[in-house]
Amino acid sequence: MAKLMDWIDDRFPATKVWQEHMAQYYAPKNFNFWYYFGSLALLVLVLQIATGIVLTMHYKPDVSLAFASVEYTMRDVPAGWFMRYLHSTGASMFFVVVYLHMFRAMLYGSYKGPRELIWLLGMVIYIALMAEAFFGYLLPWGNMSYWGAQVIISLFGAIPWIGEGLAEWIRGDFVVSDATLNRFFAFHVILLPLLLALLVYLHIVALHKVGSNNPDGIEIKKQKDAEGKPLDGVPFHPYYTVKDFFGVSVFMALLLAIVFFAPELDGWFLEKDNFEPADILQTPPEIVPLWYLTPYYSILRAVTFEWLPGGAKLWGVLAMGFAIVLFFFLPWLDRSKVRSIRYRGWMYKTMLTLFAVNFVMLGYLGTKNPGYVDLIWFKNVVWAQIGLVIYFAFFLLMPIYTKLDRTKPEPDRVTGP
Amino acid sequence: MAEETDNERRRMLTTVTTGVGLVGAGALAVPFVASMTPSARAKAAGAPVEVDISRLSEGQMLAVEWRGKPVWIIRRTPEMLEDLAQIREKLSDPDSEVETQQPAYAKNKYRSIKPEVLVVLGVCTHLGCAPTKKFEQGKASGVSDDWVGGFFCPCHGSSFDLAGRVYRNVPAPTNLEVPPYSFLSDDRVLIGVGPEDTA
Amino acid sequence: MRRLLVALCFALVPVLATAGGGSNEALDEVHIDLSDKASLQRGARTFVNYCLSCHSAGYMRYERMAADLDISDQLLRENLMFATSKPGELMTVTMSDEGAKDWFGVVPPDLSLTARSHGSDWIYTYMRSFYRDDSTVTGWNNLLFPNVAMPHVLYRWQGTRDARFEEQDGVQEFVGFEDRALGELSPDEYDAAVRDLTNFMVYLAEPAKLVRYKIGFWVMVFMGILILLSYALKREYWRDIH
Repeated sequence: MAKLMDWIDDRFPATKVWQEHMAQYYAPKNFNFWYYFGSLALLVLVLQIATGIVLTMHYKPDVSLAFASVEYTMRDVPAGWFMRYLHSTGASMFFVVVYLHMFRAMLYGSYKGPRELIWLLGMVIYIALMAEAFFGYLLPWGNMSYWGAQVIISLFGAIPWIGEGLAEWIRGDFVVSDATLNRFFAFHVILLPLLLALLVYLHIVALHKVGSNNPDGIEIKKQKDAEGKPLDGVPFHPYYTVKDFFGVSVFMALLLAIVFFAPELDGWFLEKDNFEPADILQTPPEIVPLWYLTPYYSILRAVTFEWLPGGAKLWGVLAMGFAIVLFFFLPWLDRSKVRSIRYRGWMYKTMLTLFAVNFVMLGYLGTKNPGYVDLIWFKNVVWAQIGLVIYFAFFLLMPIYTKLDRTKPEPDRVTGP
Repeated sequence: MAEETDNERRRMLTTVTTGVGLVGAGALAVPFVASMTPSARAKAAGAPVEVDISRLSEGQMLAVEWRGKPVWIIRRTPEMLEDLAQIREKLSDPDSEVETQQPAYAKNKYRSIKPEVLVVLGVCTHLGCAPTKKFEQGKASGVSDDWVGGFFCPCHGSSFDLAGRVYRNVPAPTNLEVPPYSFLSDDRVLIGVGPEDTA
Repeated sequence: MRRLLVALCFALVPVLATAGGGSNEALDEVHIDLSDKASLQRGARTFVNYCLSCHSAGYMRYERMAADLDISDQLLRENLMFATSKPGELMTVTMSDEGAKDWFGVVPPDLSLTARSHGSDWIYTYMRSFYRDDSTVTGWNNLLFPNVAMPHVLYRWQGTRDARFEEQDGVQEFVGFEDRALGELSPDEYDAAVRDLTNFMVYLAEPAKLVRYKIGFWVMVFMGILILLSYALKREYWRDIH
């Protein structure tokens, strides 16, 4: 075995990479619950690719065959239903994991220097993931698939001058059709998975260059022992391989519980309207994207002011786009001297809590009819407008309240998970 | 804080957990592999085919499709059956000793359940072409002067007799394959299911 | 502080539970029990005899249905296969699309997935909401699906009845049914028959449902063991650190 490794090492940096990135890669010892989600995100990516490959063996990207091919997979293919549910549950769980992963960064300031690039790469991954989900959702060619795609692509049509041409170019046709389905298949199965794999690789490379942040937000590399090892660090292997394995077990138990006992999750993971084939003559009563896109959908629909130059639709699209783009600027909007929420003042704590609750509220409202009253007092659209203001305020006012906030002194050594 | 690391316990736990984890991974792999086996649709397409031979007259052949392959059913005349015994020396495997080419119930001098009805796959055992039927005797067949009737494959010149047995010195190595089949009645042949399995 | 955050997130969960949209009609609840094979068999019989002439169940194969419902090959061929002789085939309908459009104005939709797109309560309520209405083409109407093109195929079982409406606040409100002629089944018997049909249609929409709960149970047992072991392993190694 040792001789085999020598042979390989003479030709390939196997042991070197293992040492640098696993056995001798020092990570802070105080990782907590919020730190499971990076490795879980990687796990879900692998799971989606594996199940996706199986599904592609049976799926047919043609408007007259697609819907039936999914049912064929569910019924005629041995264990096909299991593969399909793993993939649909995995898609939603990917976003659960990614949102929690992003929230960790916002809790502990993991986006602040020198980790800005990790954060930027992560944001590109987030957008790629939303695109991947959007393309994938058209493939079953259900009625929600079709109409959801129609609506979202028509948003591009709102862009002045180039909009209509752009929408037509994306569709490959004047309406969402076979041409659209086929190219979305190519994007979903090849283009975006390759892009995601590359981006995730770069994301981890950037992380390992700088080293992980931690719940106390302090740099563990500042305090080293006689051998140059961070005092508050532990080798990733075996300590975090073993801890992440535990995280994987719990996560997989949850995912499998959903797959076996409630794959539809009452319409949250698989929408009822999508069990009907696409019908160009009949729009579903509510066109709603899956839950992970609903916060932005809410923001889009909240802009109802026709008096704006260009119209409400254009500004809704701009607001939605801007909402996502704002995340990119977080490292520079945040003027605080401290990283972690543990040492920040009440202003940031309040704003972050408000942001999180607001994000969930916007998501909820995105699934509802804007004209109804599903919360209290006001119509949904009014709450969405309030939500839009809070969302933008969190980012745009950040340079002010992070500067004004009274922070606590950061410790030299980590305090605990 | 510093306890002695119980290496025994550590090794045991690691082994057991890894073992259980591998069992889980293996169990997860099973559906992935199973999903590649023939689906219900493939199996339905490969389902047994029932053929009515009531109007198949003597000396005639009819061809049906089963599992994507041509199946020939020939109602052989008494003369055809007699000729089978006479050409033994010209054949590679006159007694059907190669087990893979026919089920046990077709391992006889006629290579069939009923002498007069031959059921055989029309796939040349050389490289898979469909041989042409040459039932005429002698020169008229265009095969050879002493031809007693059978099949001739145009691709590389293999020839088979009226029991599907392959001639010597031709590219094809084995007799034409007899598929599983059975009789549901005198006039109905079920291709794909042998006699033991028919209800 | 963090705990407050987390608690606030959980406070929103009950609100989220009202997700998924839904119809505004009040639906009658039906008790689905896929382990009741006899019920599924009765439902299959009703489905094949009354529904399959106009509606297809184009994603289900006859032999799969027979195998799942413990129906013998002979019973299947003799009683449940009218359109084909091959049990491996899909349960498609013999009526052509053009013919259907001609006679009904619309092609009767495939019913394979109706229990998933509309829900079992919807089917159960729908099949029990027909009433006579001379203003429609078929002479039938339905409370849950006004002006539906489908006639009441099970009218011999349920009987015929009229619906009474009263104007309240400018809208016609349904107030009750008035029986015209009694059917072959009592109201309770009819409800039971429709329940069997609905039960079958839930199976039809997802045959995997018969197995996934059972497999899922054992998977959860295994995962429980794996979680305990992996936690013990983690604790063991992290003794070094703590």
